[in-house]
Amino acid sequence: MRAPSSNEAALGEILLAVEDVSLSFGGVRALAGVSFDIRKGEVRAIIGPNGAGKTSMLNVVNGFYRPQSGRITFKGEVRTSMRPYAAARGGIARTFQNLALFRGMTTLDNILAGRTLKMHRGFFWQLLRHGPALKEEVEHRRRVEEIIDFLEIAAIRKIQVGRLPYGLQKRVELGRALAMEPDLLLLDEPMAGMNLEEKEDMSRFIIDVNQQYGTTVALIEHDMGVVMDLSDRVVVLDYGRKIADGTPDEVKRDKDVIRAYLGEPQ
Amino acid sequence: MLYREVGQYKSSYAADMAVFPILQDRIGVAVILLVAFVVLPLVSSNFLLNTVLIPFLIFSLAAIGLNLLTGYTGLLSLGTGAFMGVGAYACLKLTTFFPNVDVIVWILASGFVSAAVGVLFGLPSLRIKGFYLAVATLAAQFFLEWCFIRIPWLYNYSVSGAIEVPLRTFMGVPITGPNATALTRYLIVLSIVVALTWVASNLVHGRIGRMWMSVRDMDLAAELIGIRLFHAKLLAFAVSSFYCGVAGAMMVFLWYGGAEADVFAIDQSFLVLFMVIIGGLGTLIGSFFGAALIYILPIALRTIPSAFGLPIRPAAAEQLTFVIVGALIIMFLVVEPNGLARLWQIGKQKLRVWPFPY
Amino acid sequence: MHILYQIFVDPFVQMGTAPDLLVQTLWDGLVAGVLYALIALGFVLIFKASGVFNFAQGIMVVFAALTLVGLHEHGVPAFVALGLTIVVMFVLAFGVERLMLRPLINQSEIILFMATFGLTYFLIGFGQLVFGGSPKVMIAQELYLPSGAFRLKGLGGFVSLQKIDIAAVIIASIMVAVLAVFFQRTRIGRALRAVADSHQAALSVGISLEQIWVIVWFAAGVVALTTGIMWGARSEVSFSLQIIALKALPVLILGGFTSIPGAIVGGLIIGIGEKLGEFYWGPLLGGGIETWLAYVIALGFLVFRPQGLFGEKIIERI
Repeated sequence: MRAPSSNEAALGEILLAVEDVSLSFGGVRALAGVSFDIRKGEVRAIIGPNGAGKTSMLNVVNGFYRPQSGRITFKGEVRTSMRPYAAARGGIARTFQNLALFRGMTTLDNILAGRTLKMHRGFFWQLLRHGPALKEEVEHRRRVEEIIDFLEIAAIRKIQVGRLPYGLQKRVELGRALAMEPDLLLLDEPMAGMNLEEKEDMSRFIIDVNQQYGTTVALIEHDMGVVMDLSDRVVVLDYGRKIADGTPDEVKRDKDVIRAYLGEPQ
Repeated sequence: MLYREVGQYKSSYAADMAVFPILQDRIGVAVILLVAFVVLPLVSSNFLLNTVLIPFLIFSLAAIGLNLLTGYTGLLSLGTGAFMGVGAYACLKLTTFFPNVDVIVWILASGFVSAAVGVLFGLPSLRIKGFYLAVATLAAQFFLEWCFIRIPWLYNYSVSGAIEVPLRTFMGVPITGPNATALTRYLIVLSIVVALTWVASNLVHGRIGRMWMSVRDMDLAAELIGIRLFHAKLLAFAVSSFYCGVAGAMMVFLWYGGAEADVFAIDQSFLVLFMVIIGGLGTLIGSFFGAALIYILPIALRTIPSAFGLPIRPAAAEQLTFVIVGALIIMFLVVEPNGLARLWQIGKQKLRVWPFPY
Repeated sequence: MHILYQIFVDPFVQMGTAPDLLVQTLWDGLVAGVLYALIALGFVLIFKASGVFNFAQGIMVVFAALTLVGLHEHGVPAFVALGLTIVVMFVLAFGVERLMLRPLINQSEIILFMATFGLTYFLIGFGQLVFGGSPKVMIAQELYLPSGAFRLKGLGGFVSLQKIDIAAVIIASIMVAVLAVFFQRTRIGRALRAVADSHQAALSVGISLEQIWVIVWFAAGVVALTTGIMWGARSEVSFSLQIIALKALPVLILGGFTSIPGAIVGGLIIGIGEKLGEFYWGPLLGGGIETWLAYVIALGFLVFRPQGLFGEKIIERI
């Protein structure tokens, strides 16, 4: 349990601002005029019933989907159309509901892959490997080993990720995202499919990431206990619309939120 | 008992990330190189060199090329034969224009020409995936085949329509043409293949190999970690075509001594693809295994029965090869989709605990 | 300047001044297109029902034709040989299901695709071993297929329609119609479509995947046999037919991998486009562009519509 912080000003300036974003697929309205912001250093939860548009929201931030209207401002710059790799370069990292690991590679290689943007030794040096390219590899290997220690996955680092159990795969995916040293970490249901012990571990990792590294975290989660414990602020979506925005306590008591989850009182 | 890592501690990341971290592996590689460079030249007959070793090496190189593209990056290509052809014709033109420059330089340079053509025909991969991409590479294959026949400038207007390899020497020793001994050609091919294999190994063990494998495993996720897909894919086409081009140039200049365009037809593309599938997609050693099996099998079928006194007509031997290769492919895919390379890996694992069962 | 004229004006002028040649070319293209469509049809059947991209479809055409002719060479009467060949195709379908599809049941599509490569090579070798590698003549007469041609006067010249070609178009149309009805109206057809959608769902309603696969590969085999007969009757039965069969791939790209009407339309577009291209624009490049034109046309389409004309848009969900 962490003490809820209620002082908004202490959380820093706005890192990401979503303004009036609307997204449709054919006839299906995924998002309708959603606006909220994420402040530097906070843990922001995005919650809502199934189909509310939470994953679509993350996909828009990431650059996978282009919204029909609205705009995203990241680090002060307005980005109307962002390709996924541009988002990566900008400092946004992401994990997925259904895992997006490189199944043919080992844990170590997967997390090393996250260091791609930080590796600069050119093609010519890669041809030789010995020399500058290898030095760079070792340097990044060191950083990756820190992440591996942090996530307590040292025992499985040489195992092909396709063979790992689900909970560990999720950890590896988190490791890969952390390897990017992102400014904004987007987590899509990081606790999905986990048992209590795994959830506690994952929560601990998220808190540590946020407090030790100062990484801003936005997470989609269904487990209300986790949301209440971890997040500084919460935004609630329902049917593509924002229906509440505030601290966990405020949101918990909001009538619209209760109605969205539990339905109308009979 | 022999193949144990006990006592081999890695005290640095560099040591852990070495290509052959286990001492026994390093010794093994050294032995193989020793045999290849010293022992084989001493004991091999011309027949062995000409019909087995040289083509085995050349096909291994082509298989490495295709493996980089299809096995590591996941881009299925049916244009290998044509890219090999580009290398061969490029080499011919380069050495025709500049006959005084070492032909070995041109063999390597022709790889670059092939790489450029590869990038050109690889452009569709930015939009197209999977089987559809295979059809795009077929367009490259058939179009280039047509070029090889219909553009006489490519084969120096020779009347036969075939590549006629001019006589060339290296440091005074003839290396192309009828005076070039099999041994000379073997050593040159061996050196080039060993060097290029080393380079390929460096690439796949570093960030570029990881980049390619990321694109293969999940290209959307690859984009997310900052990989630019077009850069990765086109690089794969370029490097892959380079290897195939050099292999093609060596095939014509250092093995056949001349060639007709149908050497680079689609059958060649299939052949190399089978080598890569059976050998093991996404492995370098698999390229060698696959080349060995696919190439040597027909020879074995031809020579071994006659050694036992049962002659098989050469045509029948070839047809039997088709049957066996076809059946082998299916069998491998059922038993071990990762090919001979994986069987080799499993074998080594078993060797680690030998003579104990586990 | 002259080159622009040669590309954009001259061919059309030629088309206009000799309309009989144009019609002839269109007809030849149509016939070729129909045959490509038949091969593509075999692909589509198998892909729809088993998700396997059957690279061996082309060699199945050759193999079927070879078996027919080979049996006849050994003295079997024509129609008996035909019946026996159908049995052989059934045995082949059964064998493929048992030895190839069943063991690979959960593997990825690319593995199955490569398995069909293996099948292709196997059939090439096997066919050559049993029947010999030299080209053979199709037993068109013995099967009561017409020969000769109609020469139609008109359009300033004449157009020659080979009777065998007309027969081919008619037989192909009947076959397509039968298959379409089969898929839409019968119980087995419905089961096939179910399997194409989802193996697991089909299993859960009690459809036997193995049976369906045997049926569908057999159907593809019959289509292959028909194609082999028609094609063999027009030219000859040889292994080079297998390379021509690769042309079905551009057809599939245009028509989509799962659409029967798509295979037809795609086949016609490729067949006609190829013949027109070769006849009117080919001479500019020295001829022989038929070998690659189809692929380049398909490539062009792919760049604009990566899923083909009729294909289903691939929506990737993350």
